[in-house]
Amino acid sequence: MRIKEHPVIDFSKKKGRKVTIYFEGKPIEAYEGEPIAEALHAAGIRVLNYTPRGRPRGLFCAIGKCSSCLMKVNGVPNVRTCITLVEDGMRVERQRGLEPLPQDYHPPKWKDATKTEGDVIIIGGGPAGMMAAISAADHGAEVILIDEQPMLGGQLVKQTHKFFGKRQQFAGVRGTKIAEILKEEIEKRRIKVFSRTSAVGLFQDGDKKMVSAVRNNKELLEFYGKAVVVATGALEKMIPFENNDLPGVYGAGAIQTLMNTYGIMPGKRVLIVGAGNVGVILAYQLIQAGVKVVAIIEAMPKIGGYFVHAAKVRRLGVPILTRHTILRAEGRDKVERAIVAKIDENWKPIPGTEKVYNVDIVALAVGLRPSIELLHQVGAQTTYVRELGGYVVRHDDMMQTTVKDIFVAGDSSGIEEATTAMLEGKIAGLAAALRVGKADLRAVNEVKKAHEELMEFRSGPFGARILEGLEKVMIK
Amino acid sequence: MSEDPREKIIICRCNDVTLKDIEDIIDQGITDIEEIKRLTRVGMGPCQGRTCIPLVAGIIARKTGKKIEEIKIPITRIPVRPVPLGVLVGEDEDEE
Repeated sequence: MRIKEHPVIDFSKKKGRKVTIYFEGKPIEAYEGEPIAEALHAAGIRVLNYTPRGRPRGLFCAIGKCSSCLMKVNGVPNVRTCITLVEDGMRVERQRGLEPLPQDYHPPKWKDATKTEGDVIIIGGGPAGMMAAISAADHGAEVILIDEQPMLGGQLVKQTHKFFGKRQQFAGVRGTKIAEILKEEIEKRRIKVFSRTSAVGLFQDGDKKMVSAVRNNKELLEFYGKAVVVATGALEKMIPFENNDLPGVYGAGAIQTLMNTYGIMPGKRVLIVGAGNVGVILAYQLIQAGVKVVAIIEAMPKIGGYFVHAAKVRRLGVPILTRHTILRAEGRDKVERAIVAKIDENWKPIPGTEKVYNVDIVALAVGLRPSIELLHQVGAQTTYVRELGGYVVRHDDMMQTTVKDIFVAGDSSGIEEATTAMLEGKIAGLAAALRVGKADLRAVNEVKKAHEELMEFRSGPFGARILEGLEKVMIK
Repeated sequence: MSEDPREKIIICRCNDVTLKDIEDIIDQGITDIEEIKRLTRVGMGPCQGRTCIPLVAGIIARKTGKKIEEIKIPITRIPVRPVPLGVLVGEDEDEE
């Protein structure tokens, strides 16, 4: 089902040309510009594949990171359908366990990867990466920006709420709008943008850095530069409970992608697990889209999200149950029910407190962790910092990691907010421009200013925890 | 025979590894994440451990009493995203 009316977004303007794809031979209506898994979801198809043990699997992250959405597309198995766009006449089939590779396939004639050179290579086109690109380009650096998604903006493209902050940039502006503004700024500059391009390896090549990447799942590209900024964002955390893999158990971000980016109804009735900011904001966005939120449960004794957001969803009649956990999801091939229970001080479920919710979606808003795989692969030092979302890479105050001329910014340096991601992106972009010899003293002053703004933003109670975490990763 | 609920708790989505699989191995005395990885194939599927590795580290910490900070995650290798083999190879003209 598709969203017909929405108070914030006009999907009729965004919709591409109507096309037909074939799911197990059956025609499915889809629109150009939307990924396969999202189009299938709109058509009511939740099961995308069966695992080797025969368990049904559906979407989970919807941003190409978890690999739960692998399907056979035009005969080729293991395609990440959540970020592969539909094409007219495409044949899509469910995968069952490990699919044999196509036998009659002939590789194309060997050719070298297309090479692109620049000063600064930025991996990730979210708030941190876009800001890094703009800042480095403003000082004359030749910038290459690589992004995996069909559109720039990272997770901003699904944030329909207005941002707040004190005298921050973009306070009062919706995330979707911020993404548009940054995209326009990038287009104004001589930044080479590579969309639908996944960076798959990061290497030292003499004094240079080389990023190996794959565009559109088809074409091998090589990027050479003197400095790299990794701004690859975050991944959704998963929690263990019975049938936690049942289709319909979705990451909160996946639900936002479905409804806020592509205008697709995620389901009819939703239970949200986690009352942090993501959980409570998601509840409000679901209600906006016309979806019933039956409850938000939270294992901690207190609601983690901002009070204003929590108060708003409570006013709309959504109960927030603290000290509750999910025991299991139930259903044949997809979620039909969720069973929750109260927990004691030792986090053990209290017998007799079970509640059954009839829902078709369980939204996991149990936190994010930094996406550090490229940095880990290139040899940057990592450490575990609970306050920042788990395993993170160490960095200094210029956002440089333990590998010289490789910088990190945004959620991939520690889970925080889009506002801080933009400021960190700015610092990393400026630092990279300085390092490649393109920027002058003005950049140093801009870095100083960005640090001050960061400190100001982190002066609240949420910031105290972040600062404690940063204390553990900072290289001094 | 009643079914162990831990068999329905999936830790590694790619390779269908359950909580029971991991806990059984730890109960046998194997607590090194690299060894658990090789024995169960957690973290070796198409997502390369993005979902499961922190969960596995958490289970090891809980079962052994170690701090999660002490558990080093397995090395990340290229390619960090699934890549079709056809992108990396090509037919040599001479080999016809």
